[in-house]
Amino acid sequence: MKLAWRELRRRPGKFVVAVLTLTVLAALLLFLSGLLDGLFLGSTGALRAQNADVFVYSNTSRDSFFRSNISAQTRAAVAAVDGVRDVGGLSVTLLGAIVPGESDLANVAVIGYELQPKGIPAPPAPSTAYADERLKGFGVGLGDVLQVGPRRTAITIVGFVADSNFQLQGGLWVEPGTWRLVQNLNRPDSPVGDQDFQVLLVQADKGQNAAELADRIDATTKAAASATSNATTNATSSLTSSLTKTDAESSLPGTKEQRSTFNSILATTYMVVIVIVALFFALLTLERTPLYGMLKAIGASSRQLFAGVVVQAIIIATVAFAIGGGLVAVLSATAPPQLPLQVQPSRMITSYLILAVCAVIGSLLSLRRVSRIDPAQAIGSTQ
Amino acid sequence: MNPTSNALELTDITKTYGDGDNAITALDSATLSVAGDEMVALVGPSGSGKTTLLSIAGGLLSATSGQVTVGGFDISHASSKELTEVRRNTVGFVFQSVNLVPFLTARENLLLVDELRGSRGKQSKVRADRLLDELGLSGRLDNLPSQLSGGERQRVAIGRALMNEPALVLFDEPTSALDTHLGEQVMELIQSEVKGRGTAAIIITHDARMTHWCDRTVNIVDGHLQHEALATAD
Repeated sequence: MKLAWRELRRRPGKFVVAVLTLTVLAALLLFLSGLLDGLFLGSTGALRAQNADVFVYSNTSRDSFFRSNISAQTRAAVAAVDGVRDVGGLSVTLLGAIVPGESDLANVAVIGYELQPKGIPAPPAPSTAYADERLKGFGVGLGDVLQVGPRRTAITIVGFVADSNFQLQGGLWVEPGTWRLVQNLNRPDSPVGDQDFQVLLVQADKGQNAAELADRIDATTKAAASATSNATTNATSSLTSSLTKTDAESSLPGTKEQRSTFNSILATTYMVVIVIVALFFALLTLERTPLYGMLKAIGASSRQLFAGVVVQAIIIATVAFAIGGGLVAVLSATAPPQLPLQVQPSRMITSYLILAVCAVIGSLLSLRRVSRIDPAQAIGSTQ
Repeated sequence: MNPTSNALELTDITKTYGDGDNAITALDSATLSVAGDEMVALVGPSGSGKTTLLSIAGGLLSATSGQVTVGGFDISHASSKELTEVRRNTVGFVFQSVNLVPFLTARENLLLVDELRGSRGKQSKVRADRLLDELGLSGRLDNLPSQLSGGERQRVAIGRALMNEPALVLFDEPTSALDTHLGEQVMELIQSEVKGRGTAAIIITHDARMTHWCDRTVNIVDGHLQHEALATAD
């Protein structure tokens, strides 16, 4: 292993091509991973921040905020379900906003809420909002009055919060009345009543299983709807579709598709890493055949020689990852807010480990060649 | 494995390459004993089987038949792992093309032998430095092979062959790449180091002028060890 390390140190030029190639691949892997995480986190921040176990949608919504409407009657039925500790409404309207002094519109998600999410204060006064820090990239500052939507609804920024966006639009967290005002003024095609919300957040009693509670809520509202349908004709609107928090995050439009697409690209790139490392070390082993023959002649075992190959593969992958990681970190720090690039430390660690494993797998393909090198060729006696 | 007093015992060794009509017999019933502190010159034309004999003696090749005992260990039926152990601990090699590790310094090339054996540390370093000093390379310890002359590289290779304190050192034409004067110097050095340690050595050479440094000369023609002639060492 010392031998492998010394070769790397004293003949770095030999490994430059492999390091550069792997650096490009490592940077690509981290960039794609950063985009995947950025897209996911940027889409789901408003949901992940919620202190809720179950998200309740209306059953005709197909689990979409914008198609969902929860009436006060449904809310009362949900609140009465066994195992429910507390409920609160959550609603979102996606709009453009004029920022003072800026020519471009900022994309905002006006979020009306009741239960206090993680990292976000209790709902502010009417016509004021906590803005997500992402909006700073659009020129939003403390005290600014944004004109939201086509009807220019005025909302004053009273503070900033982090990681609270919805579908990559900067979160503007308002009290429910302000959201209803914004929605009814700017989305006249989807008016909401005084007590309506799009989605109901449910906090479960301690020890409750979220999935079981979601099923119980849907069963209860269905029973309530059936009872009502005997007296009225419009019964089905009060039925619910309840999801656990994780399922609610995944149900956001495009989230699953993004993830599977990016994961396919990442898997393919890791395969390319294996092929590159395999080819590089296959060529290197071919070049080293006389050296390995001599080393075997003086007592080196195939295991010792192969351990050196593996060590070199890991070091090359590590150096490439460090350079590639640095490049992506710089890119992430300087990227415009429109680019949803977020490099997470946990993703860095996972990516490095997978890259290192791929490098080892690639180097393993030289194992047979190394073990078949005949020490007798060092002395030229094989025929 | 049976202990013997000789550094090398080859008994009725035959080595055949290939099968059937294509079979080539490189060594034919070769028998050779080399005493614990004896230097033997092995002389013969190209293709006579000297390299095959050297390879079998060093555990690089297995004989088709016959018995091989090196440093008291019968390696006739040794596994490849056991042969690796024998090469690591009992035999030293000096190859025709020198074959130093190009990215290791002179000292590190010697220390490599101990590293492969799993022993390293201050004692190894002291031994390597002492050997290189004896070989006149005390000022070249930290030089890479590319920074050494041909003669210096050959001396480093000799030092490496002696590093594991072997029972038997095998030299494959150690002077073929050197001029006569340098060749004489290297042979004198080999004799001094080998005799000084009481180590046995077999030296393949084409150059009859070099055989006088050895205790005796063995000729090999077409795989047969033909005769043994006593030589007077200078």
